[in-house]
Amino acid sequence: MTALATPAGGGAGAALVVHEAHAPHPAKPAIDRLGLWLFIASESMLFSTLAVARFYLAGLDRPEGVNLPLGLALTVDLFLSSLLSYRAVTKIRTGDRPGFLAALAATIVLGVLFIGGVAMEWASAEFGPGTPYGTAFFSMTGLHVSHLLSGLVVLILVYRLGRRGSFSADDHWGITAAVRYWTFVDAMWLLVVFPTLYLL
Amino acid sequence: MSDDLPAMGEARSVPTSPPTPASALIPIARGLIWALVGFIAGAGLTSLARAAAGLEPWSLELNFTAGYAVALPGWLLGVGLWERWGREWFGRPVADGPTDWRRYLAFTVDHKVIGIQYLVTFLGLFFLGGALAMLIRWQLMSPTNQPLGAGAYNNVMSLHGIVMIAVAVASVVGGFGNYFVPLLIGARDMAFPRLNALSYWLVPPVAVLLLLSLAFGGWDSGWTAYPPLSVRNASGQVLFNLAIITFGLSSILGGLNFLVTIIHMRAPGMTWGRLPIFVWGVFATSWIALIFTQFLAAALMMVLLDRIAGTSFFEAAAGGAPLLYQHIFWFYSHPAVYIFVMPGFGLALEVITHFSRKPLFAYRWAVAGFLGILGLSGIVWAHHMFVAGMPGQLLAPILVSTELISIPTGLIFLSALGTLWMGRLWLRAPMLFALGMVFNFLIGGVTGIFLADVPTDIGLHDTYFVVAHFHYTIIGGEIFALFAGLYYWFPKMTGRMYSERWAKAHFWLMFLGFNATFLAMFWVGLHGMNRRIFTYPIDLQGPNLVTSLFGFFLGISFLPFLWNMARTLLARRAEPAPANPWAARTLEWQTSSPPPPENFVADPVIDGHPYDYGVPGSVHAVLPGVGATGTLTEGTR
Ligand SMILES: [Cu+2]
Repeated sequence: MTALATPAGGGAGAALVVHEAHAPHPAKPAIDRLGLWLFIASESMLFSTLAVARFYLAGLDRPEGVNLPLGLALTVDLFLSSLLSYRAVTKIRTGDRPGFLAALAATIVLGVLFIGGVAMEWASAEFGPGTPYGTAFFSMTGLHVSHLLSGLVVLILVYRLGRRGSFSADDHWGITAAVRYWTFVDAMWLLVVFPTLYLL
Repeated sequence: MSDDLPAMGEARSVPTSPPTPASALIPIARGLIWALVGFIAGAGLTSLARAAAGLEPWSLELNFTAGYAVALPGWLLGVGLWERWGREWFGRPVADGPTDWRRYLAFTVDHKVIGIQYLVTFLGLFFLGGALAMLIRWQLMSPTNQPLGAGAYNNVMSLHGIVMIAVAVASVVGGFGNYFVPLLIGARDMAFPRLNALSYWLVPPVAVLLLLSLAFGGWDSGWTAYPPLSVRNASGQVLFNLAIITFGLSSILGGLNFLVTIIHMRAPGMTWGRLPIFVWGVFATSWIALIFTQFLAAALMMVLLDRIAGTSFFEAAAGGAPLLYQHIFWFYSHPAVYIFVMPGFGLALEVITHFSRKPLFAYRWAVAGFLGILGLSGIVWAHHMFVAGMPGQLLAPILVSTELISIPTGLIFLSALGTLWMGRLWLRAPMLFALGMVFNFLIGGVTGIFLADVPTDIGLHDTYFVVAHFHYTIIGGEIFALFAGLYYWFPKMTGRMYSERWAKAHFWLMFLGFNATFLAMFWVGLHGMNRRIFTYPIDLQGPNLVTSLFGFFLGISFLPFLWNMARTLLARRAEPAPANPWAARTLEWQTSSPPPPENFVADPVIDGHPYDYGVPGSVHAVLPGVGATGTLTEGTR
């Protein structure tokens, strides 16, 4: 057999570099960014399926009991929360840790408010889940809230890490990633859930 | 999302206790305990909430779903996610896992360990699904004197279907993809090693749920789980839906990891035009897994919501539409057949070019074939619904788009034939299985034409003709490629050489058993035997008896394989494998067998095409400080 391959059996030559199997790859930031974008692309398919199901089942029907003012208030709340989450990233980029923490805390509070608003809407809805529109309404808002809850957990973990000083102006991928996911969840409300259920 | 490990990760730790069989089971035992605690918490809180709302506290399907939703993260964290990743989320240092043989039973990040975990798990499931197939053929030996009742038959048939679908989805990509994609592109590991381990450890709950569902009445709706039946049958259906949603998540995260790995982790000089063809197959497959699997998850989630949350997606009386399920389900499940077969195609082309000692014929056209299949895969789903009552305007376009798929598939096929043409064929076991795949897939592909054409499909739909067709593409295509890969890469993975005589015996028995079984099925299908029915007209008994006997023959053909593996892996006197027993040019053979944890003694630099056999002066890669690969391996067979 050929002699050019590495020492058979992973002998002495292998032992020299044996510890470096998981050294950070030079393209690490690009790798992390692409991973998150692909995850977002995949998750958005779930929302689009439910949006299609809404029109397949209920056409353009929308019952009288849909609370448009509450829907609008929720939309504004989520939009503000997205803006504040971006402010958090901007602040940590300049090394302003207190500013970052304040913006992130406000993001989280608006997120909790949103969940409270959806709970109110579920409790006061004049239609049940057993109608075509109701099926679409409860499944889409439910899917969205479950994503929002996971986003909140991530934001709270990032907040805790931020208070411990785990992030700096040059090292804050954890924040960027959490905020990008949060913005994605907000965008799903603004672009898919809200127009599909309240406007069309 | 960040998934980098501290430098000097896994290999640094020193085992503190001597490895004993019992200590190897600690991670799994911890995972089970955390899962149990999670289940009790999730189900208990649901009961409390229901009691507080004045409802009956226990509602089996709802409580089970809620319990499972907490048990699953509990299992993952307990089995090692917490120690190796989760601690970091709370600013604490992560711990290392075992480095000895116990790492195969732990949350280990090395892609080679994960590849072996997938292979062993899915070979086990393959033999379980095969045993269920034997039960099916035992039942169908006679239309009257049957060992299983109608209900048990439906459960066995459904379980056989989904277990084999899982094997088809994950055995080649999960096993060989994980083990060999990083090696083939000259990387040290996958892009997200811990996410990779997470993807694997999502699989055991799937198997447990599927088997546990039998305790809840099983599910008799087949692997396709169409409503309205799947909304109304036994509670085992809920466990099926939870299992397959979990499996989908594993598949999505795996696909994501392959895509990022292939895009960003290629060695310097490994351009897209030099990428080994198996990697191209995994690349195209991973896009399908990433994007389309969500539709399966959505369809199964809708059934689940109809059962536990009172929605009416598929309850026609309340304005639901059962046909919607079929659209969403097949929007994933047709592309899924390319998840099965594209890595198999890549693997067969890989083996064929190495064992023909020729450059891969029309490499660029073969790549175009993979990308063409990927591009067309999303617009053909409704060929499964020609008789389902969908709008008539869809029939012709779907017929045409389905037929169009034969063009990119044909490109891949021609690449295989062109490589074989005038080659110096080296008929070792991997090559026999690859050639068998080409032969079988030709039959599978040609019979598919009759199912893609509306006029013929109306008669053939839901007959054994369909069953024979898809077994030809999945067993004949992918599973033959799986065994080609097993024999091809066995020496690399284990450092030992299997017995060629037993391997050839395995091939010939499996090839004859497979073709005899499923050719007979075409015949009974053409004579009107319906699929998924526990009995059949008496005049079809003769051919069914023949099918069953050859089916048992096919089952027995795996005994030489198992014996070969056992005697090679367990016996001390097994022949050690050299680094490059096939004198192949690709990178995985330019390192020891098995490779060291970091894969190569030096990071490879790519200099030329991987398949330039017989091209003077062509070098595929240089390992700095070691030497060039490719030229020196010529003439060593
Ligand atoms: Cu199809």
